Amino acid sequence: MKFGSGIILAGGLWYVAVMGAAFAVDEPFRQHMWIAAFVLAAFTIALMRKTSFEPQPPVDDNTYMDEPIRYGVIATVFWGVVGFLVGVVIAIQLAFPDLNFEPWLNFGRARPLHTSAVIFAFGGNALIATSFYVVQRTCRARLFGGDMVWFVFWGYQFFIIMAATGYLLGITQSREYAEPEWYVDLWLTIVWVVYLVVFMGTLLRRREPHIYVANWFYLSFIITIAMLHVINNLAIPISFAGSKSYSAFSGVQDAVTQWWYGHNAVAFFLTVPFLAMMYYFVPKQVDRPIYSYRLSIVHFWSIIFLYIWAGPHHLHYTAVPDWAQTLGMVFSIMLWMPSWGGMINGLMTLSGRWDAIRTDPIVRLMVAAMAFYGMATFEGPMLSIKSVNSLSHYTDWTIAHVHAGALGWNGMITFAAVYFLAPRLWGRERLYSIRMVNWHFWLATLGIVLYASSMWVSGIMQGLMWREYDEQGFLVYSFAETVAAMHPYYVMRVSGGLFYLAGGFLMAWNVYQTIRGRVRNETPMGMALPPRGAAMQPAQ
Amino acid sequence: MSFLNNHTKLEKSATWLLIASLAVVTVGGIVEIAPLFYLQNTIEKVEGMRPYTPLELAGRDIYVREGCYTCHSQMIRPFRDEVERYGHYSLAAESMYDHSFQWGSKRTGPDLARVGQRYSNEWHVQHLIAPRSVVPESVMPNYAFLKDTPLDVNTASMKLTANRRVGVPYTDEMIANATADMRAQANPEADTKGLETRYPKVKVGNFDGDKTTLTEMDALVAYLQMLGTLVDFSTYDESAGYR
Repeated sequence: MKFGSGIILAGGLWYVAVMGAAFAVDEPFRQHMWIAAFVLAAFTIALMRKTSFEPQPPVDDNTYMDEPIRYGVIATVFWGVVGFLVGVVIAIQLAFPDLNFEPWLNFGRARPLHTSAVIFAFGGNALIATSFYVVQRTCRARLFGGDMVWFVFWGYQFFIIMAATGYLLGITQSREYAEPEWYVDLWLTIVWVVYLVVFMGTLLRRREPHIYVANWFYLSFIITIAMLHVINNLAIPISFAGSKSYSAFSGVQDAVTQWWYGHNAVAFFLTVPFLAMMYYFVPKQVDRPIYSYRLSIVHFWSIIFLYIWAGPHHLHYTAVPDWAQTLGMVFSIMLWMPSWGGMINGLMTLSGRWDAIRTDPIVRLMVAAMAFYGMATFEGPMLSIKSVNSLSHYTDWTIAHVHAGALGWNGMITFAAVYFLAPRLWGRERLYSIRMVNWHFWLATLGIVLYASSMWVSGIMQGLMWREYDEQGFLVYSFAETVAAMHPYYVMRVSGGLFYLAGGFLMAWNVYQTIRGRVRNETPMGMALPPRGAAMQPAQ
Repeated sequence: MSFLNNHTKLEKSATWLLIASLAVVTVGGIVEIAPLFYLQNTIEKVEGMRPYTPLELAGRDIYVREGCYTCHSQMIRPFRDEVERYGHYSLAAESMYDHSFQWGSKRTGPDLARVGQRYSNEWHVQHLIAPRSVVPESVMPNYAFLKDTPLDVNTASMKLTANRRVGVPYTDEMIANATADMRAQANPEADTKGLETRYPKVKVGNFDGDKTTLTEMDALVAYLQMLGTLVDFSTYDESAGYR
């Protein structure tokens, strides 16, 4: 029976959700279970409508399994636009607080929605989709596991929906980048283990003797995220039918465990696997081999070894013991080198093809992404120095830093990968419009510059205002005055976010038209546009 | 750099690559985090720390639910300006019963580690209902719905039990009286003798000004009013923490 296991699994989960709603000990859990039941019922019915009892044709193991990747690309674009949109909304809320709508759309509930949407929904879908694409091509093997691949895709979407609706209902562990409660965490653990099985299984059935460098990064990402996720989310729920749980750790130990996780979500979710994307898509797009094989070995092992130590730099001058803070700082500074090793390896791959920046906006996106990566991985070690951190911590400077990294590095390399994949996955000659990619590039760049510079100024300014004394030894500013001083920068940030969001819409339109098989009639990049009214002029 | 040639062994075996990369990423956690669980001087000795009362714990859960930590820290750093603005710098012991910690990492609003007893209950209620009515510069959202939402009292003992499982020293007596203690703390006319022996220094009061129902506003204000008030700094000996 077609979709048989999917129907049974989704139907079974639907039953569990309904039971959860029936026996819920708290109201948010009941509401959350009803949402789960509704989603699962819709999914089960959709599968049942498409099922058939005809014998299915056997799977040809000599072909690639690309359908889940097509879904993944669409999901990446969709969640990207959603994540950017929520980001713009919460930015507007900080500038104009009357735009908070209690209780569901207050800033405190929407802010985690934004971070999770961009990191796990947009970034996560991009990583799963590209890892499936890259591992098949570089291993010359079909994905292992058959329907397990579909389970990973749909299971992950279900995780996203449960996490997102949970935040709006107020179901959160308050752990940065790990807000979903225990039952959603358990679900993600199952999905993640299946993901590991699919990826490892594909590596094991490869027809290439060597495992390509991109796959080292993907493998390290999958296994390390599993470790971080399981340990950081250890908790005791109040009931198996309740939404609330209490962390297994408290105070100092909890803070260090959480930031060990939190910083390595940045490391092993937003850096290591995105470097994997760089290692595949940059050489493919510019048609050159990776610059240095040895550099990739050295920087791979050093980056995964050093990153794990960096967490305590989020806890400088707190009640965490000094030795742990200093250790975190020292390793953060050392991280600068392997980070730039990756950037150099990526950028130098363009040796002999630098002209592509002029003619190919996808290369332009890639180069800008690597440049932002280099900039963010310089700024990060700098902010981890205790004396710098004493000024920057608790201010918008941190926000500027993460957005330079996330919008510049993660966003742009993902856009490049989406533009690379769309025509190939749907068998199109080229993208609908190359010039639109160029527009996207400039909108995104302008957005990042506006965003980061306004937050740099507001962050440093607020940090300085907090510590300013007058000549008689009194604090000059009340806290409320420093909040009022932020207003113009918060408005400026909104404009940056709008530019970036506009780029996202442009990408969605471009990908949609590419899927439809349209090709825009346009002058190729690198050629001068005909002067305005050229057709009217008689030939000289 | 000839040793790099040995790397081909890892490149040709997915299993060894998996094992090696997992081994490499575990080192940092073992050296940097594990000792914090057994080193005696991680948490200094102080007088006065006690587990949260059931009402305070419910208030804390609301604080978590609403994502207050996205804008408010609860960790005063040992700098002159912070100590003058917020009070004594935060001690590790002060969050020893916090599952999970609420130190935060962004101050869009001020630090709240010692906000307890700084403002009246009435101020907090008004501020939560409409922040800009008392602080015009504020960008905080309104939380008026808390005053209209009855507090969930059914899960009080379950919450204490779960906290005991993760190490908070709640006694059987505390768990048995959880719901009664929750109601008593918000009712100045109740008999609070038991509550006060179980939870020293507990602040009793009709926090939200509404006598008819126990609301989420009662719980949140009760929590805010006890923040940073437990440790007695007149007897706190800083040098006792040096080892």
